[in-house]
Amino acid sequence: MGARVLEMRGIRKSFGGTQALTGIDFDLEAGEVHALLGENGAGKSTLIKVLGGIYQPDDGLMRVCGGPAKRIGSVQEAQRLGIGIIHQEIVLVPHLSVAENIFLGREILDRFGFKDDGLMRSRAQEMVEGLGLDLDALAEVGSLSLAQQQMVEIVKAISFNARILVMDEPTSSLSNDEVAKLFDIIRRLKADGVGIIYISHRMEELFAIADRVTVIRDGAYIGTRSIPETSPEDLIGMMVGRSLKSYYSRTYCPRDEVMLSVEHLTKAGVFEDICFQVRAGEVLGFAGLVGAGRSEIMAAIFGSEPYDSGTIRLGGREATFRNPAQAMARGVALVPEDRKRQGLVLCNSVGFNLTLASLKRAMGGLFLSARKKRKLVDSYVDDLRIKTPSSEASVGSLSGGNQQKVVIGKWLASGPKLLILDEPTRGIDVGAKQEIYAIINRLAKEGMAVILVSSELPEVINMCDAVCVVRAGKIEKRLERGELSQETIMRYATGSV
Amino acid sequence: MKTDRTIKDNFLVAMVRGNAGIIVVLLLIGALLSALSPVFLTADNLISVLRQISNNMDLALGMTLVMILGGIDLSVGSIVAMCGTLTVGFIVTNGLPIWLSIALGLGAGTLCGFMNGFVVSRFKVPAFIVTLSMMNIAKGVAYVYSGGRSTRIMDEGFTAIGQGYLGFVPLPVVYMIALIAAFIVLLNKTRFGTYIYAIGGNRESARLSGVPIKKVELVVFTVTGLLAAFAGLVLCSRMFSGQPSVGQGYELDAIAACVLGGVSMAGGVGSIGGTVFGVMVIGVISNGLNLMNVSSYWQLIAKGIIILVAVLIDTQKGRGGMLKLARAAKKR
Repeated sequence: MGARVLEMRGIRKSFGGTQALTGIDFDLEAGEVHALLGENGAGKSTLIKVLGGIYQPDDGLMRVCGGPAKRIGSVQEAQRLGIGIIHQEIVLVPHLSVAENIFLGREILDRFGFKDDGLMRSRAQEMVEGLGLDLDALAEVGSLSLAQQQMVEIVKAISFNARILVMDEPTSSLSNDEVAKLFDIIRRLKADGVGIIYISHRMEELFAIADRVTVIRDGAYIGTRSIPETSPEDLIGMMVGRSLKSYYSRTYCPRDEVMLSVEHLTKAGVFEDICFQVRAGEVLGFAGLVGAGRSEIMAAIFGSEPYDSGTIRLGGREATFRNPAQAMARGVALVPEDRKRQGLVLCNSVGFNLTLASLKRAMGGLFLSARKKRKLVDSYVDDLRIKTPSSEASVGSLSGGNQQKVVIGKWLASGPKLLILDEPTRGIDVGAKQEIYAIINRLAKEGMAVILVSSELPEVINMCDAVCVVRAGKIEKRLERGELSQETIMRYATGSV
Repeated sequence: MKTDRTIKDNFLVAMVRGNAGIIVVLLLIGALLSALSPVFLTADNLISVLRQISNNMDLALGMTLVMILGGIDLSVGSIVAMCGTLTVGFIVTNGLPIWLSIALGLGAGTLCGFMNGFVVSRFKVPAFIVTLSMMNIAKGVAYVYSGGRSTRIMDEGFTAIGQGYLGFVPLPVVYMIALIAAFIVLLNKTRFGTYIYAIGGNRESARLSGVPIKKVELVVFTVTGLLAAFAGLVLCSRMFSGQPSVGQGYELDAIAACVLGGVSMAGGVGSIGGTVFGVMVIGVISNGLNLMNVSSYWQLIAKGIIILVAVLIDTQKGRGGMLKLARAAKKR
């Protein structure tokens, strides 16, 4: 461990009447990965924004690299002090090259005042290679994979001579391979003496990469632990303020008749010869690496994307859907993986979103009935325990977990017999995850057939009756409950059997 | 029964609260004008304001749907001209019966809207481009058919459409009020209205929720075409003539009214109530400038500046600017 690069003391911040941060202490040493852990809404992002000069704290001071204790007044000041922040959403300009993105806003000029493209390119290339990355500085950012774009973000942050690097959920859209690559880069940065603040919900990642972890809850500092001296249960307990005894809840029931049967489903270049069955009361998991074709298979079943050949049967009857409306009419629902882009109309209300897939139920004759709609909305808000100020509140203002519950509620309202959940717990906090597991369990008990597509292995292992492991567009193996383990699934997912 | 009542009350409250900014702007302009001109607050003048805004209102109602959907319709001004020219021409030049001429005129405008919707929804061409083309086509049809000349019509059976009264209320105002009511119901009380918001708010999410996107787009553009044609019919009847040169810039007035009323250029957000107030602001400004004998050339400049300032004020309301203004107004 090196010298202390950051010291935050007693940081307070309130918005209107709400205390977002109530005196947070945090420090970071050179060459250290210090994880910041807390449920959504605990105040992690607020703290990071204070550090990045985006918010001004009401109280508290920061000392960067042994400099004077002060507040950071602007984003520019933060950059000058060597603080680089990689936000969860990628903020690059897709039509510009890697080099142009890295130098955006501080282009290198030649003596005539024109952009010196050659110099910027070679500098960018140096930086990219310095991190051991295989990227062309001239490549258009939009043509890169999500993981590669994230690497560009890291290079860009480092190019400000960052001594402190904040990574906010850097792995949320990366495959396991890509995560490994990211960890290589993080280790390299550590060796260079960069201090890294790492925010993630994925416990196993923290134990793989972090040195220390600080937990905050409801805007308050809870404690700091050294990673070798703590355990996931300990940390979860600190996060939620109680120990989560039964994190996963699942009562396995005798399975019923076959609800969905898929035979030889094929779409050239995407997936091939997909065969499986799901029974009523069963939760069937789909595991695999990102890009293996799981979401595409589900989209084909739901009719939102076409496929080339194969047969889909629902309750014994042939079911070829040309659009989602037809699938919905037969009792199929799909909770898509990207709730902001595919699941919700963010600018609209909770009630609007909850009823969008089931407006028929809110009709009173020719017109929408406000009373029926409200009843419908209230029942799902209660049932799923959606925390919202009112059904008229904008859905974009809710926490990720509650947004996800709105998407699930929207599909439950459509009265499905087969519910497909694509990454239903991505980017949401442990408390909300636990509630969603309980919902899945209840639906299966009530006889719904559920397909759970997930990249979180503990989740599929603990929630599913069986798991199909997909690799490169094919079902590599169907594993029954007794055969499930992280190692087995990963072996099939990576093809190293 | 109690619940019904609260819902209705809430609707009114929500409408006022949602449009507080523009209502303040409207009141301020009204106060200013009544101070500057003794004529402004007379019943005659106010009724004439209503008649003047009715044309823009018809267009802006359709534009509101299109813009909430995330599109735009630049062709409505030309459709106004085309429908008026064709309808009057059919009656006067071709000697067709009035009802048939009207049906053909409205049909032509509806067809333009349908074509807009068809190309936008089927081939995914941006609405801006499609309706820009239609703007030229419809204008061209009006000029080709009329040879560029305007045609007078004195048939009272026809001119009554735009000149008549119901009691003391001019018929165009009656149509306007009926249309506003119909559109409020359409947007708030039907599945179709909900679908418009959903598509404009998040197209992908709407698609995955089983919303028939193409159908909704097709219908919205078609309805907007029909409305424009109707506005053209009323206008030519009121002016006793079909003129191929009318309608220039009408689409921009309609867009300005929508934006003033809080309709988002990006789609997904907006309301009929907001648009109604937006149209009123623009109408009151024009009326005021007329009352003060400002030349029409200067009026253009003044109108442009006032619209810009009004929108600026409105966009500041999130940052407290508008609230301060509203509070200041309340104190007075």
